[in-house]
Amino acid sequence: MQVLVGMSGGVDSSVAAAMLRDEGHEVVGVTLKLWGGDSDSGCCSVSDVDDARRVAQQLGLEHLVFNFGEDFDEHVVNPYVADHAKGLTPNPCIECNRHLKFDRLLTRARALGFDAVATGHHALVRPVGPAGSLRICRGVDDQKDQSYVLHMLTAQQLSQVLLPIGSLTKDEVRTRAVALGLRTAGKPDSQDVCFISHVGGGRRSFLSDRIRLHPARVVDKSGVDVGEVDAVELVTVGQRRGLGVVIDGRPRYAINVDVDARLVVVGEPEDLDVTGQSLSGFTWVDEEARLHALSTASVTVQTSAHGEPIAVATLGCEANNRTVVEIEWTEPRHRVARGQSAVVYDGDVVLGGGIVS
Amino acid sequence: MDAYLDHAATGPMRPEAIEAMLPFLGDRFANPSGAHRLARDARRAIDEARDEIAELVGASPGEIVFTSGGTESDNLAVFGAGRAAAGPAVTAGPADDVARFGRAVCSAIEHHAVLDVITELDGATIPVDEFGRLDLSALSALLLEEADRVAAGTGPGVRLVSVMAVNNEVGTFQPLDDVARIMKRHAPGAVLHTDAVQAFCWTDVAVSCKSADLLSMSAHKFGGPKGIGLLVAREGVAINARQVGGGQERDRRSGTQNVAGIVAMAVAARLTAAHRESEIARLGALRDRLLDGLLQLVPDAIETAAVSSTGVADRTDRAAGIAHICFPQVESEALLFLLERGEIYASAASSCASGAMEESHVLAAIGVDPSIAKGSLRLSLGWSTTESDIDQALAVIPPAVERLRTFGI
Repeated sequence: MQVLVGMSGGVDSSVAAAMLRDEGHEVVGVTLKLWGGDSDSGCCSVSDVDDARRVAQQLGLEHLVFNFGEDFDEHVVNPYVADHAKGLTPNPCIECNRHLKFDRLLTRARALGFDAVATGHHALVRPVGPAGSLRICRGVDDQKDQSYVLHMLTAQQLSQVLLPIGSLTKDEVRTRAVALGLRTAGKPDSQDVCFISHVGGGRRSFLSDRIRLHPARVVDKSGVDVGEVDAVELVTVGQRRGLGVVIDGRPRYAINVDVDARLVVVGEPEDLDVTGQSLSGFTWVDEEARLHALSTASVTVQTSAHGEPIAVATLGCEANNRTVVEIEWTEPRHRVARGQSAVVYDGDVVLGGGIVS
Repeated sequence: MDAYLDHAATGPMRPEAIEAMLPFLGDRFANPSGAHRLARDARRAIDEARDEIAELVGASPGEIVFTSGGTESDNLAVFGAGRAAAGPAVTAGPADDVARFGRAVCSAIEHHAVLDVITELDGATIPVDEFGRLDLSALSALLLEEADRVAAGTGPGVRLVSVMAVNNEVGTFQPLDDVARIMKRHAPGAVLHTDAVQAFCWTDVAVSCKSADLLSMSAHKFGGPKGIGLLVAREGVAINARQVGGGQERDRRSGTQNVAGIVAMAVAARLTAAHRESEIARLGALRDRLLDGLLQLVPDAIETAAVSSTGVADRTDRAAGIAHICFPQVESEALLFLLERGEIYASAASSCASGAMEESHVLAAIGVDPSIAKGSLRLSLGWSTTESDIDQALAVIPPAVERLRTFGI
């Protein structure tokens, strides 16, 4: 196959490219230039492009650079900022996968004659069930599994996606990189949001350069002022740190954030408990996956990148509105912040995911 | 077969130039500043090269400053002109620099080697028209305004105007004589610099750039090696050195001369000048066949900044070897990859340090719609270009554009 491998300049995608080459595919590497501003490293800096290019040279692969900066601004950065302005807690990596890596890049790869796009994500693409439908499954390394951030891939997209390192642990990836003599073998994993520079002041500074951050009152459930924060847009439901509110020796949690009213309500941990969550913008891997989720008692839901699977009592999704899903937990749980993604699994198999509304 | 159509980026060296430089990488290795016989041999080589090049560019030998290439020459000219030649040019910042020495201005379509210096120095840019030619009335207006401020005691005046001889993306010649005439009237103390990096193959700079006080050139654009170029600094035009030390190049550019590069540059320049007239005719005809063919074969293709009367393209105002064309509904990045698969090597806009495509400030200044500029393609021809390169381009490009349009990218 002719495979276009997204190479971020990190060790995972370096090894992914090497594996595909060794399997006999015709491999071309590509690094996406996504962000034009400051960053600590992430996916976007020139030094990472250099690393990707040098690895490609070492492996004897052609290496391209695609500038998707405009699309990244439109689909990832601007929505990230707008969501914060609305008091949501977005996950930009998911939007980048949805719009850039597996839409923009996949479309371009097909136009250029490639059969598939590959990345260095820790997840697997496997045929599942009697029909052998393609599904995203958890990678073998529990600690590094990235199936959560790939949940939006449909079965149709998966037929053109390869995730070669999902079958390896991170240690095995590094061992292979060392064996291949790759310069990226010891490179640390990327952390956090790639377009935000911690040297440059982190999320607060990034957002305050783009939107006005507003101070807010912090009140208890009866409406009595107990403190204040200087940027309501940076407060997430469930947050404890940074609020500085301790009552009767017990810390208080943000249980409601109202950006318009400039108000953060704090309460005790149990005040965060809800019996279920509503999800919107839900994408199912395919219709079979939706029907399977509705008819299977053992489905679980994961609500953060490295969160535990949570048991579900009921899961509802109507045939005439498949992008909306209602989840009832088996027992009350802390509320998930709006804007975060929740992904439905059956065991290790992703069935779909959506955004907490 | 490889069809290399990226000569404006760089081109293959002429074999005679390679041959000429080899002895200076071997036995004739000496430092031309030395005091012994071997040094004198190297010194003589660069003296002769200097004489030869000076004649070819219409300058006297003492006016030639050898540099590492176009960017260094441009930086040296734009930073260094209009200041005291000797001594440091350290200022407290752009505002102080302007106050002490005057403003530097340039056209909006300069290469970044000029444009970024002007920006750093708080300079101004002069717009171009839809054909990619400097807007002379805007230049007049700007110089007049600055002159008025000088008269009113509120401004330091203009110290330098930089206008390139040939644009590197779309190939348009710029009206240097007109610029000089306007400067004489409104800013008589200012210096005219021209970035002639793209010019030498396509025009006799001794004639077309005679009005310029400073002129930048780069050898690898005309069959010489990379890493060698020159700045012509006319007698009496002081430039403040950016690089100081051993005092080479009459204190205008310290550092041991690149003897092999200088010798090879002179050979490449001689051959280029000798064949210039016939090459302009030959390559101009190939360029026309290429552009006319693409316009005919690719629906909605747009020749950039085209001048036409009665529907017939008039390309006499631009370099014979540069063809610039835009394909709506296509992205250059993707197109270049398909061209590469068809063994056609070309460029789109300028590339940044990572190799990613960036939007072209030149196309923006000309007024090309950004959505159309996304599908830009520059095919540039040079001494090694053949008929079959053009045949191959005409065979590969139309289906590549069609394929990308089918996929909607």
